[in-house]
Amino acid sequence: MNWIGLWTIYKKELQRTRRVLFQSVVSPVITTALYFVVFGSAIGSAVTTIDGVSYAQFIVPGLIMMALLANSFSAASSGIYFPKFIGSIYELLSAPISYVEITAGYVLAATTRALLIGGIIFGVALFFTPLPVLHPWWALVFSILVSFVFALFGFVVGLWASNFEQLGLLPTFVIAPLSFLGGVFYSISMLPPFWQTVTLFNPLVYMINGLRWAFFGITDVHPVWSMVVTLLFMILLFGVVAWIFKTGYKLRK
Amino acid sequence: MIEITGVNKTYSNGFVALKDVNLTINKGEVFALLGPNGAGKTSLISAICGLVEPTSGTITVGGFDTRKDYRQARSLIGLVPQELFLEIFETVWSTMTYARGFFGKKDDPALYEQILKDLSLWDKKDTKIQALSGGMKRRVLIARALTNEPSVLFLDEPTAGVDVELRREMLEVVKNLQKRGTTVILTTHYIEEAEELADRVGIISGGEIKLVENKVDLMKRMGHKTLSLNLENKLDALPTDITQEGVSLSKDGTKILYSYKTGSNSGITSLLSNLKNAGIAFEDLDTEQSSLEEIFVTLVNQQ
Ligand SMILES: Nc1ncnc2c1ncn2[C@@H]1O[C@H](COP(=O)(O)OP(=O)(O)OP(=O)(O)O)[C@@H](O)[C@H]1O
Ligand SMILES: [Mg+2]
Repeated sequence: MNWIGLWTIYKKELQRTRRVLFQSVVSPVITTALYFVVFGSAIGSAVTTIDGVSYAQFIVPGLIMMALLANSFSAASSGIYFPKFIGSIYELLSAPISYVEITAGYVLAATTRALLIGGIIFGVALFFTPLPVLHPWWALVFSILVSFVFALFGFVVGLWASNFEQLGLLPTFVIAPLSFLGGVFYSISMLPPFWQTVTLFNPLVYMINGLRWAFFGITDVHPVWSMVVTLLFMILLFGVVAWIFKTGYKLRK
Repeated sequence: MIEITGVNKTYSNGFVALKDVNLTINKGEVFALLGPNGAGKTSLISAICGLVEPTSGTITVGGFDTRKDYRQARSLIGLVPQELFLEIFETVWSTMTYARGFFGKKDDPALYEQILKDLSLWDKKDTKIQALSGGMKRRVLIARALTNEPSVLFLDEPTAGVDVELRREMLEVVKNLQKRGTTVILTTHYIEEAEELADRVGIISGGEIKLVENKVDLMKRMGHKTLSLNLENKLDALPTDITQEGVSLSKDGTKILYSYKTGSNSGITSLLSNLKNAGIAFEDLDTEQSSLEEIFVTLVNQQ
């Protein structure tokens, strides 16, 4: 195992985050604050509580989950895409480092970056509303798991993408809309029955509700389902990654 | 040191870039791989270094198979790619530490300092790559490749876009590596570099190795020398009794030129005595060896 190599990729990726500090940390803070002002105050004055939780509190786990999904995905996908794009990937391909180590370095760095941003959003939210977390360890473990899975997802897409459009395809057209429709800002029990059923096919519903359950003990889906969906997604991605490694797909010509 | 056996490469678009390449590189030698654009030099280097997966054939480096024992094989290799593949937001120093880190080796600032000084990059160590000139970037690529203290160094056109002074400096670096026993594989379009550095020369064209030969032997075998005799008195034409092949008069009539193959039976003695008999006196003479470049052009055109 080339531990130093793995650690070097991890360190390098986090230093890249530091270089784009404004973009990667300050902007989620501003966005979150805006969500609170727009949704928390505007809608919160109409919808006072959901399942006994104030509306401002209700949206916090959803906002954190949305940030975890978006940031772990984009950090990992751009992390591997750029070296491929500018050619500096040669330094990894010619080094005595395995595919597993390369993936682990990028995915763990992206996970870390997402969790940092999630933590910051939690901190910002505390300015707007008190947040007594019911199952803090569960919240942490679940956040790590989901960030890891989406970092893996981003890594696969970053490997696959051969231009910028493809790189932006999933975050713009899949992840962002599915997060918004996944019950960040409402409980799906508020939807008409037909749309409730449709929504259950959105995997992000399980992730957002899993974290909300850890926070407040309320959820639209059973927490076991949240875990099962996340783990299934992880197994699927491990399969894809294993296939990529076996074929050297898109890395080695 | 490197053993290439029956290597073929067909790219995904169907282009055949390497055709049954067999090549042995000896430990400690400087091997110059020459060939026209698109000959397959970079493809061959990439196949050895792990950037390109050969379609068939085997490659070993230091006895390690580049596929099965890729860790051991790649640990021995330093690669300076042809293109300036650098992350422009990194500093020179951080790119050095990463390069060594990827190879699983502990940070070694003293080593980086030595390398950067050898390549006149020391005062740029905290500069971002984007603020460097093209020639400096190329030196950074070389510096990176040296951070893992390679036993085999690949230099894919290391002197492209580099000024004369720096080129000298790089040649020094290569010579020093050679003294320390590093095996160096070099591609270049500046044939005088190969002529100066290489122990052996390989010529590749259309994905096939056309010739591998000791440089000195090659030059002896293929090399022509030109003897020029500076005449005391200008001539309008060669005397009719000088009929030897390869003799000509320079345009301005001040020199007699004789082109001959090196070795015995060069024909110099008979030329000189013939000139004496014809009563032609000369004040100075000069000989010149044809360069590897001319040899190379001849060989490639022959194919
Ligand atoms: N990824 C690729 N896909 C398809 N064809 C390729 C690829 N890379 C290189 N080739 C082709 O393979 C041939 C050999 O290319 P290569 O880069 O090895 O040449 P070279 O000898 O290094 O040339 P140069 O002196 O210009 O650097 C060229 O015809 C090139 O077009
Ligand atoms: Mg080339």
